[in-house]
Amino acid sequence: MGGLQKKKYERGSVTNYITRNKARKKLQLSLPDFRRLCILKGIYPHEPKHKKKVNKGSTAPRTFYLLKDIRFLLHEPIVGKFRDYKVFVRKLKKAYGKTEWTAVERLKENKPAYKLDHIVKERYPSFIDALRDIDDALCMGFLFSTFARTGKCHVETIQLCRRLTVEWMNYVIASRSLRKVFISIKGIYYQAEVMGQLTTWLVPYQFSHDHPTDVDYRVMATFTELYTTLLGFINFRLYHSLNLLYPPKLDIKAESELKEEGDDDDYAMNSECYLEKLSALSTSLARVVSTAEDEEAQLDKFPVEEEDLEKMEAREMEQKQLEAHKKLFEGLKFFLNREVPRESLAFLIRCFGGEVSWDKSVCIGSAYEVTDETITHQIVDRPNIDKQYINRYYIQPQWVYDCVNAKILLPVEDYFLGVTLPPHLSPFVEEKEGDYVPPEKLKIMALQRGEKPAHEEEEEEEEEEEDDDEEEEEEDDEVEEKNLKKLEEQRSQGKSLSVKVTAGKVKVNNPARMEQDEKAEEKRLAIMMMKKKEKYLYDKIMFGKKRKIRETNKLTAKRKAHDDAEKSKKKTRK
Amino acid sequence: MEESSSRSTRSNEQRKEMKKVLEKTVKKRSKEEEEEQEQEEVQIFNFKCTKEEEETKEEEDLSDSEDSVFSGLEDSGSDSADDDEEEEGSDHKGPEKDDLKIEDEEEKRGTETEEKQDDEYKHDSSDEEDIRNTVGNIPMEWYKDFPHIGYNLDGKKIYKPIRNKDELDDFLDKMEDPDYWRTVHDKQTGSDIVLSDEQVALVNRLQRGQFGDVNFNEYQPQVEFFSQDVMLHPVTNRPADKRSFIPSLIEKEKVSKLVHAIKMGWIKPRRTEDDSRGRYYDLWANEDSSILAKHKMHLPAPKAPLPGHQESYNPPPEYLFTDEERALWEQQDASDRKLPFVPRKFSSLRQVPAFPRFLHERFERCLDLYLCPRQRKMRVNVNPEDLIPKLPKPKDLQPFPTTQSLVYRGHSGLVRSISVSPSGQWLASGSDDGTVRFWEVRSSRCMRTVQVGGAVKSIAWNPNPLVCLLAVARDSVVLILSPSLADRQVVLSTERLLSGQREAESTEEVGPVTWSDAEGEELSQGITLKIQHPKAVHQVTWHAKGDYLASVMPDHSSHLQVFIHQVSRRRSQNPFRKNKGLVQCVSFHPVRPYFFVGTQRSVRIYNLVKQEMTKKLQANSKWISSMAVHPGGDHVICGSYDCRLSWFDLDLSTKPYKMLRHHKKAVRSVAYHRLYPLFASASDDGSVIVCHGTVYSDLLQNPLIVPVKVLRGHVITHDLGVLDVTFHPTQPWIFSSGADATIRLFT
Repeated sequence: MGGLQKKKYERGSVTNYITRNKARKKLQLSLPDFRRLCILKGIYPHEPKHKKKVNKGSTAPRTFYLLKDIRFLLHEPIVGKFRDYKVFVRKLKKAYGKTEWTAVERLKENKPAYKLDHIVKERYPSFIDALRDIDDALCMGFLFSTFARTGKCHVETIQLCRRLTVEWMNYVIASRSLRKVFISIKGIYYQAEVMGQLTTWLVPYQFSHDHPTDVDYRVMATFTELYTTLLGFINFRLYHSLNLLYPPKLDIKAESELKEEGDDDDYAMNSECYLEKLSALSTSLARVVSTAEDEEAQLDKFPVEEEDLEKMEAREMEQKQLEAHKKLFEGLKFFLNREVPRESLAFLIRCFGGEVSWDKSVCIGSAYEVTDETITHQIVDRPNIDKQYINRYYIQPQWVYDCVNAKILLPVEDYFLGVTLPPHLSPFVEEKEGDYVPPEKLKIMALQRGEKPAHEEEEEEEEEEEDDDEEEEEEDDEVEEKNLKKLEEQRSQGKSLSVKVTAGKVKVNNPARMEQDEKAEEKRLAIMMMKKKEKYLYDKIMFGKKRKIRETNKLTAKRKAHDDAEKSKKKTRK
Repeated sequence: MEESSSRSTRSNEQRKEMKKVLEKTVKKRSKEEEEEQEQEEVQIFNFKCTKEEEETKEEEDLSDSEDSVFSGLEDSGSDSADDDEEEEGSDHKGPEKDDLKIEDEEEKRGTETEEKQDDEYKHDSSDEEDIRNTVGNIPMEWYKDFPHIGYNLDGKKIYKPIRNKDELDDFLDKMEDPDYWRTVHDKQTGSDIVLSDEQVALVNRLQRGQFGDVNFNEYQPQVEFFSQDVMLHPVTNRPADKRSFIPSLIEKEKVSKLVHAIKMGWIKPRRTEDDSRGRYYDLWANEDSSILAKHKMHLPAPKAPLPGHQESYNPPPEYLFTDEERALWEQQDASDRKLPFVPRKFSSLRQVPAFPRFLHERFERCLDLYLCPRQRKMRVNVNPEDLIPKLPKPKDLQPFPTTQSLVYRGHSGLVRSISVSPSGQWLASGSDDGTVRFWEVRSSRCMRTVQVGGAVKSIAWNPNPLVCLLAVARDSVVLILSPSLADRQVVLSTERLLSGQREAESTEEVGPVTWSDAEGEELSQGITLKIQHPKAVHQVTWHAKGDYLASVMPDHSSHLQVFIHQVSRRRSQNPFRKNKGLVQCVSFHPVRPYFFVGTQRSVRIYNLVKQEMTKKLQANSKWISSMAVHPGGDHVICGSYDCRLSWFDLDLSTKPYKMLRHHKKAVRSVAYHRLYPLFASASDDGSVIVCHGTVYSDLLQNPLIVPVKVLRGHVITHDLGVLDVTFHPTQPWIFSSGADATIRLFT
């Protein structure tokens, strides 16, 4: 047999992958530098299809990168900068060692720095790509902007993050693109629809972090470096899409007003004052071209065929709803007490067109005082308040969040001071068929449909009268129970073939049930004939479904138990 | 002066001597080494010095040499000393040596004082005082033993006061003298001095740390020479140095070095402050699609999952953990937990604390983004209904047995085997209780019970409708029963068949199998023939014609496993010479002269005419339990103890055309229907599954197998369910016998 002997692992999928260590050696970078490069360039390991083949027969766990990716990294100009930095550090060390302070100074002045503009452009070739990936950037930005200015990262980074996130919030306000909001135990989630892209970000509560030791801040800082660049460019573009000035300027009118105030209370240093004013979120931004604000995009009517007409109408409806949602708080005047999270609420209220103010001592930029008679809602988060005005509602902050999610102004009664709040539901959950829907959600959905909550009150009354009118589910349960009883009776009849001959009862054959049974059996038999592979898949799917049903049942049972306990408590109190 | 001169002459003489010595030594040395003169001179000089020190003969010499050392100071110091000496020399003439010593000391002191006088403000000079006593600044104790205390200017002795004041005097003075406090005792003159008022004032001022002079103004305005103001004229009138107007060479060198470094690019000019960080522009002003093409392989990271109701600060009560759930959550490993946090409820927003693991979660997300391998996975979004194969509805495939209609009770042991008469009127069953029962199918009446005296393993009705015979396997004996449950003609023909056997009896050789007629009791029960086998018989089966009978005796070690008996001629033969595995079951081909032998893992098909193996079917199962041949003869089904049923299409392949895993437990028995396209399998899980298996005459079309009914009725006893199953020869009915000692008919 002629020909060269084929060597193993020299062709095929092995040639497409490279292990991390080899890649590092090829790039001549240290591990931290390699890590930083991967983060910045968005290079991630790939899972080969046949791991053992790629691993040259070994089953040891290894991370593989695509060889193409690594080759692509070879040409990155930033790699050169990394090396420069290494040299710089070495020189600096030397200079320190020799106590040559002039040299140290000179070196420090020439510290190599790099820019990430080209990387951002390369990773996100189009603006929409960048928008799609902005979630993590926002989360990180908001997190870093809450850091104390002590040592964990550069102060400039924190300031930059703060600036960018404030700019982002101002954009969201200006474009009125916020859609959903959710107070979780981790922080507050916001979801905005920016240029058709749903963007979700999480803002931690305003507490100081106790910095854990098992978190590598270098990794976080590298990510932040990239994210700030990305966020800046996105902000720039977004501001320009709305004809807003970038870097943002406050509206001239508002600015002059603010200045008057700003002069007499020395709130912050001059350099920081502007950012503070911006972050107060109380004023609108200056536009490049002052335009009339109510320039709504009307859907043009195209001559369409009848089939599309329905879709068209549906779209129009949706558009209308959206417009209504955007103007949710329009005409309402809020006042925030000092104990509520000011930034979040101000952001929210302004996003939906409401007017908002707060105590002067809390933050710069308050528009009116508590004493203002035109205030409609005061948001309070304490058990009671001494001095109350009659012409305004005193409500708890959850009302604002729930209203935004429900897209309507919810009745304020449930949210008054000292009242036990209704549960706060996640707006991100979209229940499919068969999923568990908490009853509160059903209530809100009923409200959205325009049904009056009076029905509920009646129900309550009835409950008080100890009538056992229960909700639909329970009725269903009852029906089922009845059926079961019937079945059992039937069965017992079948069994009671005792010695005595009893008068025969007519067995009513339920034709529907018969059919059902038949179908079920048919299905069972067909399942028997499935191929092994398909059977496996089918079993898996069915297992998942069953588990879901089980969970739903469990939740329902838990809820029922809870409700019963509540009811019995009520009774005993009476 | 004379002395000093003499001394100087003396010293001169000494110097001469020294020179002589020097010269001598030099001469000596020069003789020896003339070449290295200069160096040696230095050496010699050193040598000379040491020598001088060693030579110290007299102290004078030493003093002289000291003089020479302090030569610069000699003149100034010597004057006062000389004056003193003169006085001394004139007054009392002590030995010269002593005088000289004192002189030396005096001289030394003189030089010291002069040295001290250099900083004049430390010590007051003695010149300004009025000197009455000329002893100078010496401790006055030295004059303690003398009657005088010194000498006045004229050289006269100053005598001590005759009578010293004693304590009493002193006290009296103190008491009486008003000036006592300002009286000072002068030790040098030995007299008391009364200080004047001015002097007292001076002392007081000095004590207070003030200047002695009253008129001295210590706070005079100071004139600063070296101040920040540039003066019009130089402070000093010194002319400028040359170096002040000649450019420095060192600096020049330094500058040239720097210039070179800049030229070579070693030193970069100071960078302009780069504040591009945080300065943004329209990055996507011109989007070109060329870059887009690069990103085909890119997989964007999946977004973080959105929070559910559980994460709310005020979730509905059903989402909160109960105590058990919480305990479970705490027990579980972090990776196993369904939720990474414990849901909590707060009554108001102000009570919500910071989330302790916020940074961790963010960091983990970061790690995921750059460390997690990404893989494109096609998510199969399959509707499970689509996976179920589309089969014809069982309704359309009727008739098949659907309901249990009759139960045949009477046996007391498990019913191993059943068989239906070719007419379909009778059912025979053999049980472990040692009986064979004959049942009327339609009435479920037990017509006859035959005690065979042992557990019946297998029973088979002769398929020939013209005879009424039954083969029963009991231990190692195969009994031929003639139940005479038919019309007369059939009974007669049966008897004729058996009588034909008798004629042939003589021709039979003596082999492992012996034929014998039954007698007495047995004969009256219907047992006509006994075929004695060497081992226990497990199965008997008839050929379709009804003349041949095959029996199986599973045995690992012998080739005597299968016998084929011819009833009409009472002949037996062993078709196989070799043991090809443990035989489980055998079967005749319904039309052609083929013989199926099921061994443990395969089915062999032998051509009985040619006496060779034609095919070997691989059953793909561990242990075949039973086998049935399709009445057409082209298909075989095998049941196995590992729950499978394999369908072989003999024309297609030796591998099973279909494996059916319908049963949960071992398949005990399989059967084909003679007329309808039905087959059934019975299993230990107590169920009989009837399947519709259409076999098409067209060879290209594969048989269609549809399970149509699962029949249940038998009770599982001792882990055994249904043991045998058989179809009615004409009707779509099925009989099954079970371990619960019943036989059931499903119609």
